[in-house]
Amino acid sequence: MTKLVKYTTNDFNLASGKSISPLEIAYETYGKLNKDKTNAVLICHALTGDQYACAINPITKKPGWWDILVGKGKPIDTDKYFIICSNVLGGCMGTTGPKSQNLITNEPYGLNFPVITISDMVKSQVLLLDHLEIPKVLTVIGGSMGGMQVLAWMSEYPDRIKSAIPIATAAYHTSQNIAFHEVGRQAVMADPKWHEGKYFEHNTSPEKGLSVARMTAHITYLSEVALQNKFGRNLQNRAKKTFSFDADFQVESYLRYQGVNFVKRFDANSYLFLTRAMDYFDLISENDGVLANAFNDLNASVCVISFTGDWLFPSIESKKIVHALNSKGVDVSFIDIESNKGHDAFLMDEPAMFKTIRGFLEAQYVK
Amino acid sequence: MSNRFDFLIIEEMVELGSKVLDIGCDDGSLLKMLQDKKKVDARGIELYSDRVNLCLEKGLPVVQGDANFDLEMYPDNSFDYVILSKTLQSVNRPRDILEQLLRIGKKAIVSIPNFGHWKVRLYLALNGQMPMTPSLPAKWYNTENIHLCTINDFLSLCDEINIKIIKSVALDRNGAQLNFANRIRSVNLIGEQAIFLLKKNND
Repeated sequence: MTKLVKYTTNDFNLASGKSISPLEIAYETYGKLNKDKTNAVLICHALTGDQYACAINPITKKPGWWDILVGKGKPIDTDKYFIICSNVLGGCMGTTGPKSQNLITNEPYGLNFPVITISDMVKSQVLLLDHLEIPKVLTVIGGSMGGMQVLAWMSEYPDRIKSAIPIATAAYHTSQNIAFHEVGRQAVMADPKWHEGKYFEHNTSPEKGLSVARMTAHITYLSEVALQNKFGRNLQNRAKKTFSFDADFQVESYLRYQGVNFVKRFDANSYLFLTRAMDYFDLISENDGVLANAFNDLNASVCVISFTGDWLFPSIESKKIVHALNSKGVDVSFIDIESNKGHDAFLMDEPAMFKTIRGFLEAQYVK
Repeated sequence: MSNRFDFLIIEEMVELGSKVLDIGCDDGSLLKMLQDKKKVDARGIELYSDRVNLCLEKGLPVVQGDANFDLEMYPDNSFDYVILSKTLQSVNRPRDILEQLLRIGKKAIVSIPNFGHWKVRLYLALNGQMPMTPSLPAKWYNTENIHLCTINDFLSLCDEINIKIIKSVALDRNGAQLNFANRIRSVNLIGEQAIFLLKKNND
């Protein structure tokens, strides 16, 4: 059963100027916190992730989204470290989000949920660390939107982290990335079942729209080579083309499957709010046009990881982060892992990444 | 083994507690040694990701990067020493790199294999082919060493671009130190490698 912590005493103030009350944070922990509290690892999940980083996800009955990396004897070893992973603010897996009950209207927030930012997500994680009485984590780690949260930790709460591992991420969402997100949101909002975000009132949900959003996004997470290798122009369970709009090609069938499965586990409004939070992320403009200024007070060791085949968050964006950290004299390492799997490489079997994370983390632990 | 001799000389050149950048740091052996023995604040750049991983396991902060392109990201005078160990001969523009080293570092330590060594000269003279030696084992068409030079060549380049040589040490193939003073010709003949401590002349 997922753990839940509830804050009712104070309003939770957001970057937008609005606030949320009450705030609930759903989280999971794995392993044991040591006596000195020096072995805590905070995992930040990506756009459609959740708190079930490893072991069996009790809802899907499948291994957690980062089970390949996190667990007994794995690079993030549950025998050694105390792992914390919470569902992000605005999410739909237990933490307060658009599908949560708005106490003022006595119905789900829907579009009345305030627009949240990556900083707001991180601020809620700080409350969780306070609740767990952990003054400083050994490391904060995450990929993609999780990596953005890691960068926000480095910038805003440098004293709460001993080290940080931002993976396949960027200091700002690029124009192309905002564009893809907009396509996804428009697909959701064009679905008549969306009902201006009030689909709960109609006992329905914009499954078609959300599914299309997921299909588009999924393409951006892979690479041309990966798609070509996996599917080529192979036909789906048929000997020849049907001269129709059936899913003749395997790649079509695969994408449809991805879309259909996604809507079973994800809330459409959450998708709107979380993609928006990523779009708004920009550590450069927030620091007067100089990224390095985001890291003025940072004393942690940082290991930046990118993948050569990631065109959504290309290596050059990671290099900009490394460049900025270097100019501030931060203890920074950087590795650009050779991979043709695209952006999602950080979720997959990438032995070089496992080696990097294991080595860096162990060195930080004994330091 | 010749590498180890090289490292010991570098270790002697580096002051206790200084800040050091090793360009082309390989598996981090030199940085680790300097960290342990000289308590330096160690940083590295390495081209190959598998070697970066070996450095990370040692707890060394190392950035995967290319000396040809990535030195520009370091601010002026951000290190006490910038080390380029047996890498100068494989970069695209050795002269520019030398200038970069002394922009980033207050001092630079550069080691080179000496292409003026008598065996190299003899190989070319006798065989009429590009020299191959135990320390330069690759064929001319697949060697990474595209800008090999002799000790003499290096000294003239430093002179040309106004770099002051604070200390120079040449080693023979057994790792024995050769006396530089007034004996450049013979050092250039029997030195297998040389290590230089450099700074800008106007400093």
